[in-house]
Amino acid sequence: MDTMRRQLLKGAGATGALAAALAAGLLKPTQVLASEWNRTAFEAKESPAVLKALGASGSSDSKDLQLKAPEIAENGAVVPVEVISNIPNTISIAVLVDKNPFPLSAAFDFANGAVPEISVRLKLGQTSVVKAVAKTADGKFYTAQKEVKVTVGGCGG
Amino acid sequence: MADPMKIRAQMKGDVAEVRVLMAHAMETGQRKDNAGNLVPAHFIQQVTVEVGGKLVIQGQTGTSVSRNPVFAFKVKGAKAGDKVVVNWVDNKGDKRTDEAAIAA
Repeated sequence: MDTMRRQLLKGAGATGALAAALAAGLLKPTQVLASEWNRTAFEAKESPAVLKALGASGSSDSKDLQLKAPEIAENGAVVPVEVISNIPNTISIAVLVDKNPFPLSAAFDFANGAVPEISVRLKLGQTSVVKAVAKTADGKFYTAQKEVKVTVGGCGG
Repeated sequence: MADPMKIRAQMKGDVAEVRVLMAHAMETGQRKDNAGNLVPAHFIQQVTVEVGGKLVIQGQTGTSVSRNPVFAFKVKGAKAGDKVVVNWVDNKGDKRTDEAAIAA
């Protein structure tokens, strides 16, 4: 990996986060550090490894975490996925696609009144289980999952 | 510089709904071009959303987010007229910041 680019990237990320923190005027340095891209989690090739990198290995399924995704996706390149957490004190939601080369798709942290709901559009390389992982303020993790059948893949050509 | 984002923010009761469309190729690094060469990965890694000067969403994204990503969020405690500022940074260090006001 090009180290120069890594450094530039880190610099850019840190500056952005710092500017945001200054603008918000209430972020602690630890939270700024937490904003660095989680390379271990995003480059893990299997879902269990992603969960481990997120610290969510001991998660349990919860009915209060809703994952909305189509049963069948005609086009794997654009699959709308919505995650709604009704679990009190949800501070973070991550979305995984089990069968993708890198399962972790996105992770969002919520603060200052943001509702723990997220809607994204994901690429699915093939029929796969889509997982949502919610983290609460007391460090507990909850999951929900749903299989999405893909008729045309979204990765490669 | 990348194309501007499209940001739509509107109050629904006491909750502000924010939708953002970002113009980005989101190359996975797995795709091959017509000549059979791998297209290098190029994707958004970090997303932040501020409403009324407060950081509300901090997101990290990987390669399996679709091309031209669309994200939707809801924020409580915001009011019409508040400024929504969205910022992204990709793996090549490109970045973009756009803003919009919340409509009533």
